[in-house]
Amino acid sequence: MKKRFGSQIFISLILLIMYAPILILAVYSFTDSTNIGAIRNFSLDNYVTLFTTPELADMIGGSLLLALGSSVLATIFGTVGAIGFFYSKKRTQSVFSAINQIPVVNADVVTGFSICILLVIVFGMSKDTYLPLIIGHTVLSAPFVYLSVIPKLKQMDPSLYEAALDLGAKPGYALWKVVLPQIASGIVSGFALAVTLSLDDYFIATYTKPATFDTISTYVVNATKGSQTEIKTALWALSTIIFVLVLLFAIIMNLLSNREVKEEAGERLA
Amino acid sequence: MKMVFSRKQLGIPYALFLILFVVAPLFVIIYYAFTNGSGQFTISNLTDFFTNPNTLGTLCYSFVLAFTTTCVCLLIAYPVAYILARSEWKAKSIILMIFITPMWINFTLRITALKEILTLFEKNLAYFPFLNSVIGMSYDFLPFMILPLYTTLTKLDQSLIEASCDLGAGPVQSFLRVTLPLSTPGIISGVSMVFLPAMTNYVVLDMLYNSTYIMGSLIGSYFSAYDWNNGSMIALVLLAIICIFTFFGNNADEDSQARGGAML
Repeated sequence: MKKRFGSQIFISLILLIMYAPILILAVYSFTDSTNIGAIRNFSLDNYVTLFTTPELADMIGGSLLLALGSSVLATIFGTVGAIGFFYSKKRTQSVFSAINQIPVVNADVVTGFSICILLVIVFGMSKDTYLPLIIGHTVLSAPFVYLSVIPKLKQMDPSLYEAALDLGAKPGYALWKVVLPQIASGIVSGFALAVTLSLDDYFIATYTKPATFDTISTYVVNATKGSQTEIKTALWALSTIIFVLVLLFAIIMNLLSNREVKEEAGERLA
Repeated sequence: MKMVFSRKQLGIPYALFLILFVVAPLFVIIYYAFTNGSGQFTISNLTDFFTNPNTLGTLCYSFVLAFTTTCVCLLIAYPVAYILARSEWKAKSIILMIFITPMWINFTLRITALKEILTLFEKNLAYFPFLNSVIGMSYDFLPFMILPLYTTLTKLDQSLIEASCDLGAGPVQSFLRVTLPLSTPGIISGVSMVFLPAMTNYVVLDMLYNSTYIMGSLIGSYFSAYDWNNGSMIALVLLAIICIFTFFGNNADEDSQARGGAML
């Protein structure tokens, strides 16, 4: 009994340390103070600044657009690639799975730097076309989509596709109507992963982005070094909003997966 | 002649994509690392790296920093993962979720929050650069260590521990001789999730006290100086370190998705 109590305290303490900075910042985002520690008045100024400053709106909108765009590309490449490699010869599959692993284990600085050298220095592509940035983020996330689709293909009953062909479906139709629904959960989680990776990235963006464009990460890094306190505290509001959204998303995911487990259990009973 | 459709062909676009944007950049890096500004073959970038006290010092400092960060993360994450995996709490999966959730919040925003708190205690963060680097990186990377450890520890066969107790091992002995060795895959993948970013993620240090002195920042500074050749050499050295890690952590392959794998 005593031991269990001790471990509860330990877990709570670590969680407290992990969340204290974000929570304290969230509280202070609702005040007019410019530093943590000073007790000031309640104010929604930070939120007003966040939503009315064009520079901030551009940066957030740009990051979201980039995240969605590159994730759609990454999901298409990763999913179609996973289906293709999965049904290829064992050797082809293992070679490309190994290559797919490179961006996963590689340091983001190296990935960003090498893509920039290839596209901008060797190919002479202009960063202002946004192409290096979009390609960079697709390279970052497509391997993760691939990794989340492959297990679903392994789980799938291989005779389903054959049955569809025997029943007269064309290969494309069978893939669309039979294979795709079977691996849909892998595609969705791969896409979600791609979005978070793109939103969290600093290094690839910093080496490949146009000089006038900022993602959330590159913007925040410059703002913390800058002296504009108004922008600095508006970012506290942004941090709070993202925290709440992530928390909501986590709760929904948890509820959904609980329901799935229950449904599966129910099916098994029935 | 009509082309016969086969599912294999679907792999072609992604294969081209990988060759063009993953493999080709690596060869370009190797090419640049072994040539000088005018494109002639040279190994001086390599010899410079290992004779220049500045780059060597940075390499050593990054190693020490990454090693310390990894130890701190391991010392915190192992008990957390162990307690969660062994507990019979109903809310276990939710508690794990709470530990993992910070991974989905932009890391620059999390470091901003940490910086504000640390400033409150220390006034000027540049007074204790090493300490603050370790705090910042551990704060950033802790979830990446907890997840693979938890995955390995929940898969662990409880009957083995019971068996070791039945055979007369005390709790400490059965932990050291059974649990710890069996959780090695989780430790390896957790360590590789933390060690490499800790050597390269210079933004954390840059944000905390406006100064960086690790391997990643060398690439950054050569890049801003338009010195692709020396920058590529640093990238190549990092790649070599990554290769060594992957070689030793080969069996931890599946867990290396942990970078965001909580959703999978």
